[in-house]
Amino acid sequence: MQKSGWSEFEIGAMLRSFEGATNNIAITHQEDRPYSKSNSFTASVADWRIVKPVFNKEYCIDCQFCWIYCPDISIISRDKKMIGIDMDHCKGCGICVEVCPTNPKSLLMFPEQQDEEAALSEWPAKEKKEN
Amino acid sequence: MSEMKNIKNLKEFSTSADRFEGANLLCPGCAHSIIVREVLNATNDDLILSAATGCLEVCTAVYPYTSWDASWIHIGFENASTAIAGAEAMHKALKRKGRLKQERDPKFVAFGGDGATYDIGFQWLSGCFERGHNMMYVCLDNEVYANTGGQRSSSTPIGASATTSPAGRVSYGEKMNKKDMLAIMAAHGAPYVAQVAPNKWKDMIKKIQTGFAANGPVYINAMSACTTEWKFLPEDTIAISDMATDSLVFPLYEIIDGTKLNITYRPKTVVPVEEYLAAQGRFKHLFKDEYKYLIKEWQERVDAKWDYLQRREEASV
Ligand SMILES: Cc1ncc(C[n+]2csc(CCOP(=O)(O)OP(=O)(O)O)c2C)c(N)n1
Ligand code: SF4
Ligand code: SF4
Repeated sequence: MQKSGWSEFEIGAMLRSFEGATNNIAITHQEDRPYSKSNSFTASVADWRIVKPVFNKEYCIDCQFCWIYCPDISIISRDKKMIGIDMDHCKGCGICVEVCPTNPKSLLMFPEQQDEEAALSEWPAKEKKEN
Repeated sequence: MSEMKNIKNLKEFSTSADRFEGANLLCPGCAHSIIVREVLNATNDDLILSAATGCLEVCTAVYPYTSWDASWIHIGFENASTAIAGAEAMHKALKRKGRLKQERDPKFVAFGGDGATYDIGFQWLSGCFERGHNMMYVCLDNEVYANTGGQRSSSTPIGASATTSPAGRVSYGEKMNKKDMLAIMAAHGAPYVAQVAPNKWKDMIKKIQTGFAANGPVYINAMSACTTEWKFLPEDTIAISDMATDSLVFPLYEIIDGTKLNITYRPKTVVPVEEYLAAQGRFKHLFKDEYKYLIKEWQERVDAKWDYLQRREEASV
């Protein structure tokens, strides 16, 4: 997209979130939406991260705590199932890991450069409850 | 009126299609966006939204991008309320004249920080409530002017260090009591006024839906834990919010028709205020010997307010 210098801004500007007409956006998921180039969905903040969440499906109970508390719409849930993380929009805050209630956790933070397979292979075992 | 979205549990709620997008520039872990998501996802109706200048606005409308999948307007710092009130008045007029292309009843929602709400946009907001517009105003209450670097507002609580009320050798930080916005907005005779917190999502959804169903102006005070200005790690936003609601520093309640007060959340175990304060850098200095008396005073203020709320609820006035 062509970017303007500060002195070329319009006094008022209108941005369209979608290309052309839309209907029922409230019940249309991201993959079926006609996003315009002006929608921040088409941008990425992946380079903000120094740590990243890795999802281990094996322990997930689909409680959806990560979905409700992720500030960045980066927990992808469809049909009541947590299916993955949107790595273009995740900022690596770590909230999803903190609110995950399973033992061991189904989400853990790893260094951004860590290989996902390697992360999954070193997943911690179930922790004993403290008395 | 359109049908209320049926949200029985979190699994069902998670089928919502967000109308707020990522790659906005809010800090990692910012509670503003958790609140916005919960508010917008409480309905499937059309939305007409506004935001006052502040973190939410600045970070979600960075030219040439928008993070909003609904009609959204920003004008100035003080007039998010009147911008949305104008849209609502126009919608009402067009409807009366039969000039609406489609018979749809959108929800009108304005967002503003506490700087925009408690201070700079206050008279505009008051005017909207006096005129009785059918709108919801959501204050994202992070108790500071975060977007401009952490100046105190009339929502900043006693003892917090802010850039214009810094703690140091001669001062313990903010000295003024936090303004009671809920009481002020209820005093306008608004049909619905409530305090919410993003960590209590079910309470939040219930109140937002009650607000959407109300006829007239609705004020929602949403506690918004700010990782940058409250000084805690981004991953702890929900943990800090839990401490805020469970210590009763942010009690959750609603006021109906300007008078009837209901407490909507009673913590099983009440957390000492000291724990809430200790978890945030903005209160760090209170733990020095010379300022420790302030922690005791804090607890007494919180206890007194809780006692007052309970008496109001019981008296049903
Ligand atoms: C009339 C006016 N005064 C001051 C400013 C500068 N300003 C922009 S954002 C901001 C702070 C916003 O604080 P708040 O409303 O608490 O929202 P937050 O950023 O904390 O979410 C200020 C002072 C402005 N834009 N307009
Ligand atoms: S790390 Fe933060 S932004 Fe990323 S998925 Fe988890 S909660 Fe969302
Ligand atoms: S400064 Fe605070 S309110 Fe502003 S974006 Fe960052 S965390 Fe959110």
